[in-house]
Amino acid sequence: MSWLETLRTGLGAVLSHRLRSGLTMLGILIGIAAVILTVGFGEGAQGQVSSEINDLGSNLLVVSPGSSTATSTGIRGGFGSASTLTESDATALASKTVAPDIAAVAPATSRSETLTTASTNWTTTVVGTTPDWLSVRARSVVEGRFLTQADENSDAAVAVIGSTTAEELFGLRDPIGQTVTVNDLPLTVIGVLNTVGASASSSTTDLDDQAVVPITTVANRIFGGSTRTSVQSIYIEATSSNALSAAYQEATAELDRLHGVSAADADFTIQSQESLLTTATSVDKTLTELLAGIAAISLLVGGIGVMNIMLVSVTERVREIGLRKALGATQRAIRRQFLVEASVLGLAGGILGAGIGLAGAIVLPHLISNPVTISPTATAGAIVVAVGIGIVFGVYPATRAARLAPIDALRGE
Amino acid sequence: MTADALPVFDFPVIALHDVTKTYQTGSLSVQAVRGVTLSITPGEYVAIMGPSGSGKSTLMHILGCLDPLTTGSYLLAGQDVSRMSDDELAEVRNRRIGFVFQQYNLLPSLQAWRNVELPLCYAGVRREERRARSIDALQRVGLGDRIMHRPGELSGGQQQRVAIARALVTNPALILADEPTGNLDSTATADVLALFDELHESGRTIVLITHEADVAHRARRTIRVRDGLIEADRDQAGALS
Repeated sequence: MSWLETLRTGLGAVLSHRLRSGLTMLGILIGIAAVILTVGFGEGAQGQVSSEINDLGSNLLVVSPGSSTATSTGIRGGFGSASTLTESDATALASKTVAPDIAAVAPATSRSETLTTASTNWTTTVVGTTPDWLSVRARSVVEGRFLTQADENSDAAVAVIGSTTAEELFGLRDPIGQTVTVNDLPLTVIGVLNTVGASASSSTTDLDDQAVVPITTVANRIFGGSTRTSVQSIYIEATSSNALSAAYQEATAELDRLHGVSAADADFTIQSQESLLTTATSVDKTLTELLAGIAAISLLVGGIGVMNIMLVSVTERVREIGLRKALGATQRAIRRQFLVEASVLGLAGGILGAGIGLAGAIVLPHLISNPVTISPTATAGAIVVAVGIGIVFGVYPATRAARLAPIDALRGE
Repeated sequence: MTADALPVFDFPVIALHDVTKTYQTGSLSVQAVRGVTLSITPGEYVAIMGPSGSGKSTLMHILGCLDPLTTGSYLLAGQDVSRMSDDELAEVRNRRIGFVFQQYNLLPSLQAWRNVELPLCYAGVRREERRARSIDALQRVGLGDRIMHRPGELSGGQQQRVAIARALVTNPALILADEPTGNLDSTATADVLALFDELHESGRTIVLITHEADVAHRARRTIRVRDGLIEADRDQAGALS
């Protein structure tokens, strides 16, 4: 019997029991719809994360003092608690011979301070850093200019402020050339940073609300004290996103050497933006995994449903099978007939499920805030999986049908 | 129907030699056929009779290659089928035997001609040829106007005639009918038996299993089976063959 003939027979059998076939398909349909939505949900979240990574500079590594992992002595330095990083560490890392995969380095120290103008005040994050900060953090200046090496060398009393800060302090007035006072030190505003929008993942710092000041000015004239030589973090920009892990290793090795510690006793932590954001979106991930689990279970249940119905169908059609064998059907022909029937159930369930999944992916973003990305690969894959489930769970019933002896089959009522 | 369309043999269509069949049910073994030797030549019209439990159904299953025999040998149209595998037997059934059952055994979802073409599907015949041969077979049994009807839309006699068309369509060496009139009223029975007479006259080899004496009487040769053995084997005139 040709494939086309077998397919026609299978379709006929499925269509002759519409309600039963429909209910059987429902299991697979729900599973496939759930898979498509889950994948769409996951990819939507992933897309959000990667666009945030790009906003922040995808080649960025952040060195923080202290270590969140236990050292060999069992003492945890405490992430961010120690003051072991210095400006000279940053200078060393910037060396092309030590770390060829590092493009630029910017040490930074920040603290919350109140900025005062003649008419108002505003509490924001004051960041002391070097001119390389701009490229390392993938920012730009929309008005005025950024810090220069000359500003740094002369402890210049200048500041570049974020767009939110500018609006809060000066309203609609042009902030360039205005004066803000921090800790009794008057600073001249020389530039305004571009707007990047509030970041969901780094909610602790609004990237549009900060005042960037030369690191020497901050150390010597604003913060003072122990902050004179130590820095809170060192931002490292790798030459490319592919060089990120090489840059990570070079930075780790150099800092281990400078601090005279072994890798196990490291008094610093290096994180990539990606790892920071991954942590931030781990809740999304857990939810996605949970949904994927439910989808997988639903598919399994759907498959068992197919097997159940196929077994019923074989039992019910013992006479038909016997007749077909009497008329010359080989075991293979019978097995193929039932396998095709099971895969038709799977395929129909898969296509309908994909349709509902895609409809859900279009409707759902209007109801919840999460984006859902429709993935053609996942949709095609889901349909293939549905057919596969039909075949896998159809093998046993089909084999049982094929093994029936024609005489037993003909006798059965 | 022309005689030259029929398979021609110079050897028996059926040659059974000392055939036995034993069923094993748990520790209990039942010998349903206990040594049958039988020869049926081309063109014969044979009725196999016997009370229930006589082994005539088992014999029919063996003749139809539906059930393997335990010992002995069976040559069907000169071909030894006693040691064949399941799939080889399927092919033999497809090519050599046309079955007619008491329950008609038509597939209710298929139109008459689709039921008739089924054996040709398994024989790998092309679609256009299948259709032509199925319609031809239906016309031969007088159902040329019922080609697109489903079994549910046909009377019992008509359904059995569709089944006979299905048995004829492969042009088999043997037509094996198991109680073909068992479910039919007297009019339909007469129709079907007239059809068998016609097939016999055109040279077909027919083996008919029945427990009705008047049905058996239409055949030219009657074989009586009892307790798994051939009790009597007579031609119509009553002489021992």
